[in-house]
Amino acid sequence: MKVKVDAIRCKQCELCAANCPKKAIAFSEEINEFGYQTVVVDHEKCIGCGICYTMCPDGVYEILG
Amino acid sequence: MAKARKIAEIAKKTSSFCPGCGHGVVIRLVTECLEELGQENNVIFGIGVGCSSLLGGVLETDRLHCLHGRAGAVCTSMKRVNPDNIVVSYQGDGDAYSIGIGESTSAAYRNENFTAILVNNTNYGMTGGQMSNTTMPGQKTTTSPKGRDCSTTGNPIKFPEFVASQFDIAYAARGAVNTPANVNKLKGYIKNALEAQINGEGYSVVEVLSGCPTNWGMSPLKAMDRIEKELIPYYPLGEFKTREVK
Amino acid sequence: MGDMIKGNEAIAEAAIRAGARLYAGYPITPSTEIMEYISARMPEVGGTFVQAESEIAGINMVVGGAACGVRSFTASSGPGMSLKQEGITQLYDEELAAVLINVVRYGNGIGTLYSAQCDYLRETRGGGNGDYRIMVLCPESIQEAVDLTVLSFDLAEKYRMPVMLMTEGALGQMMEPCDLPEFKEVKRQPWGFDGKYSYKKVGIFDRDSMKEAVLLNEKHNTIKATEQRWEDGNVEDADYVFVSFGLPGRSTKGAVEQLRAQGNKVGFIRPITAWPFPENAFEKVNPNVKGFITVEANATGQMVDDVALTVKKMKSSAPVYCLPYVYGVPAMKAIQADFAKIAAGEIKEVY
Repeated sequence: MKVKVDAIRCKQCELCAANCPKKAIAFSEEINEFGYQTVVVDHEKCIGCGICYTMCPDGVYEILG
Repeated sequence: MAKARKIAEIAKKTSSFCPGCGHGVVIRLVTECLEELGQENNVIFGIGVGCSSLLGGVLETDRLHCLHGRAGAVCTSMKRVNPDNIVVSYQGDGDAYSIGIGESTSAAYRNENFTAILVNNTNYGMTGGQMSNTTMPGQKTTTSPKGRDCSTTGNPIKFPEFVASQFDIAYAARGAVNTPANVNKLKGYIKNALEAQINGEGYSVVEVLSGCPTNWGMSPLKAMDRIEKELIPYYPLGEFKTREVK
Repeated sequence: MGDMIKGNEAIAEAAIRAGARLYAGYPITPSTEIMEYISARMPEVGGTFVQAESEIAGINMVVGGAACGVRSFTASSGPGMSLKQEGITQLYDEELAAVLINVVRYGNGIGTLYSAQCDYLRETRGGGNGDYRIMVLCPESIQEAVDLTVLSFDLAEKYRMPVMLMTEGALGQMMEPCDLPEFKEVKRQPWGFDGKYSYKKVGIFDRDSMKEAVLLNEKHNTIKATEQRWEDGNVEDADYVFVSFGLPGRSTKGAVEQLRAQGNKVGFIRPITAWPFPENAFEKVNPNVKGFITVEANATGQMVDDVALTVKKMKSSAPVYCLPYVYGVPAMKAIQADFAKIAAGEIKEVY
């Protein structure tokens, strides 16, 4: 796993998903307690480039070194 | 192998910014730079009124909610009496360029040694989307319902250019949060600004073009698009005053 | 007794000796000499002086200095003080200590350059938004102004609120002999910012106003109970008691002395704190007093309201008269002449 996801912080702005070069980010059907769909990372596709971290305004991601 | 990246301790609390708001990225970059410069426990923020005020609930540092527009004056004296602390004013375009234009300009005029981080989303966000001095020509807001008429309201203000060209300051730049490349460049500008302060070079300012999905009436992705297509052509990115090589 | 010194300069020097190490302000007659003096003096003691671009910037710079725990002050008058009201309510809200010097001048709007007491109601009620109060101290002489300036900083820090020295144009401009105070040790207040986040804060959207309201009232009640200051004379057997502060208070004392010499049973109360108003002073007053008379340098009578409220609190039915001399310092002769009119029923009571 190259990235840790603190999904409850996510507000579904989708900037990460749109910028992910591997299209590894998607949003599940499940709605969380704040009314957002839960962000899900496909860790097989993820290359740990960190672009999701760069674009995210809410500190959802941690890139593991 | 990717570099480990984690948001700064002093800004890890969750925020109430709208989804896709640029403030979240800006404060992450500012606090990352502070950590990298070893200053995260040596900083005082002067927070403006507006969406910036939401930072009061996020930051775990010394901070003061300044009266609307007045952070330029408050940070002036805080830095003068605490020269060894990093002092950062954190304001929006309404706070810094409308009600606060006097204080913002005067701080630059006197070359006060603090760093102004000014987030420009072309409207007064917190109060529901009124026209600001950075609203674009023809942009519809709640107080320019037919679109901004610059012949009666003035043209959008370019503050970093203005202070860089008219006053003797240390550093002025404008960045944006709409693409990964721009976010990375913006971090460089913020770092430069903070380093200028640490070295006692004088006033540093970084304006940031940010989206405001809520008041622009668009998704965060479309807002990033607007920054690219409509804002950056008018508000160029880059450094308007570079640091003197010492 | 010390050398002759101009009021404004004495106040400025007293602030320096009290340990003030930040001044930010803007020139406005008749307070300007305070800033001019400080511009030379503050650098001598290693403090910070900023000539602010406006009165608003000035008070906000005081906020910044106070937030860092530095003894900070500013001086102004009239419309300049009006501009500072938002900053003053913020100083109160943030529990910051700072001293404001109001060298009062007469008039509304731009006003005039006459010495006056026309800001009484605003300063004692708070001219900014919300239900805060500031302590207001009123000197009658340059010596007292100097002593109260030092006291202002101590009170501001004791209660963590702004304190105002409310003096008058004439006092700022005149000269009197005066003993200047000893130099105090310069200290930073423990609540001041040091960059290390030693004192946790809540954001403005996370406050508990109900809880704060209780604490606010407690603070005010404590101050009212313990910080009233006044001077009084001959009130125990008085038929009429004059109430007057500042330079008009001095004239009034002189008039009382002369009236007594003529056989009139009159006394005086000279408030030194306008807020908290010295209600306790009224306890000594002759229970059969025939009336209270305020002597004020404003047009409408302002302190007369506080006297009336105090009289009501005492459950007394004594009438309250007002002699508003508009501006300047009333002559003792004028006060005596108007007293005769009151005693003869030619001037009606206000309350």
